[in-house]
Amino acid sequence: MTDVHIVGAGIHPFGRHDDKSGLDQGVFAAREALADAGLPWADMQFGFGGSSAAGNADAVLPRLGLTGVQFVNVANGCATGGSALLAGYWAIKSGEFDLGLVVGFDKHPRGAFNPEPADWGLPEWYGEIGLMLTTQFFGAKITRYMALNGITPLSLGRVAEKAFENGARTPHAWRREAVGLNTIMSSQMVSDPLTKFMFCSPAEGGAALVLASDRKMRELGLAGPKVRGAAVRTRVNGSFEVFSPSLDIERGPSPTQIASRAAYEMAGVGPSDIDVAQIQDTESGAEIMHMAENGFCADGEQERLLKEGATRLGGSLPINTDGGCLACGEPIGASGLRQVYENVQQLRGRADGRQVADARLGYSQVYGAPGLSGVVILES
Amino acid sequence: MADSPIAEGLFEVVGGIPHLIGGRRKSDSRMVFPKPQGSEGQDYDAVRLSPEGTLWSFTVQRFRPKSPPYAGAEDQNGFQPYALGYVELAGQVIVESRIETDDFARLSVGMPMRLKLVPFRKAGGDVLAYAFEPAA
Repeated sequence: MTDVHIVGAGIHPFGRHDDKSGLDQGVFAAREALADAGLPWADMQFGFGGSSAAGNADAVLPRLGLTGVQFVNVANGCATGGSALLAGYWAIKSGEFDLGLVVGFDKHPRGAFNPEPADWGLPEWYGEIGLMLTTQFFGAKITRYMALNGITPLSLGRVAEKAFENGARTPHAWRREAVGLNTIMSSQMVSDPLTKFMFCSPAEGGAALVLASDRKMRELGLAGPKVRGAAVRTRVNGSFEVFSPSLDIERGPSPTQIASRAAYEMAGVGPSDIDVAQIQDTESGAEIMHMAENGFCADGEQERLLKEGATRLGGSLPINTDGGCLACGEPIGASGLRQVYENVQQLRGRADGRQVADARLGYSQVYGAPGLSGVVILES
Repeated sequence: MADSPIAEGLFEVVGGIPHLIGGRRKSDSRMVFPKPQGSEGQDYDAVRLSPEGTLWSFTVQRFRPKSPPYAGAEDQNGFQPYALGYVELAGQVIVESRIETDDFARLSVGMPMRLKLVPFRKAGGDVLAYAFEPAA
């Protein structure tokens, strides 16, 4: 089977863009990725696209050109963008195609997501009495994790502090100013123990990648990171997910743990081999828990690692080098592709101002509702 | 006159003690709460859940949730933060619930909890809902 490489990467800056639709941002990112590869849209043999709240992804076609290309819309919850990449990866891996584009974009209304119980198969009373909020899930999940593993609120603050520091160095980030630890800790409490600055916000943005088989890449005289491992996994019994009126007493692995193990196995590498990682940080607690779920430390070690600055730029394992969701916001269709875009920049030595020296293996993990996780491991 | 329950089949009172009603799946005995209704409900037997358990995790809702789906009668100004979380009912299932306490700082993972039925001030009239409170 052929290897799959990322030979072009493009992004539309994340944030708020009142003068642009989500589609505009997706088209922008797609053109950037094509320009990065130096290839015309007409050369693309397939496209996979995802958007959660900004319309049909295949609406990019009239703008990019109606070439008759195979294009498939992807919808997979919070892993929509990451799943578009997986679909493109499999399309090439299967031998069916050898050059194509994956794109994700989104534009969410301001404020917290506003889900309806019926859409989730839940009874009306669950929402009526005030249990239907994603923020509560995050608060409850990290509360238990902290109690069992000796993590203090200051660690939550340190994660957010790092995110905004990195965001300030990243052109595609939304929040581009550092925020002091005291400000983070004393900002408005949203869902204990998480304050306003510890949560990401729904946002806007677009990201796109051009994928090529090993043979096609050499034929075109291109270069780019190789996809060493890629996996999406969904929840199992005993996983703790958003909007769960009940949980199994017998606890099971998280979808992130399962996806992570599968991706490491495919890649033939382990957590200690990774040079730079982008992991899901919907809020500060998620980054802390995902450090362990992705195998980068044991449960509880985060307290010391964060105090030592291990996950900052210059640390032993820089995490979320572009500020992650906390600094970039979370446009669902684009978020997983942003992580991969950032790893491509790191592995190609183009991450000006936030470059991890000699980065060879880049790891990304996107996670979200209704309980799924997508991991991609790239090698320069 | 007693308030009507916020939903049918959610809880029952037996000998003065309230119980939530869960479901045990016939195929594999997996327990869930609430007992599924409608077509899915045919796959489950009703189970009277224990009114006592231990706090598994918790958080505090600090701002008034959006309506819909939230149906509290109070406006932004009248909103009071409330605790909620998960209570482990030994040998059965972990259930999500509002947590009644007058001191959020007293809540801790592992503390004993007890079920109670509580009035919920819903826009359009009060109804009876459930909550857990510290047992000690």
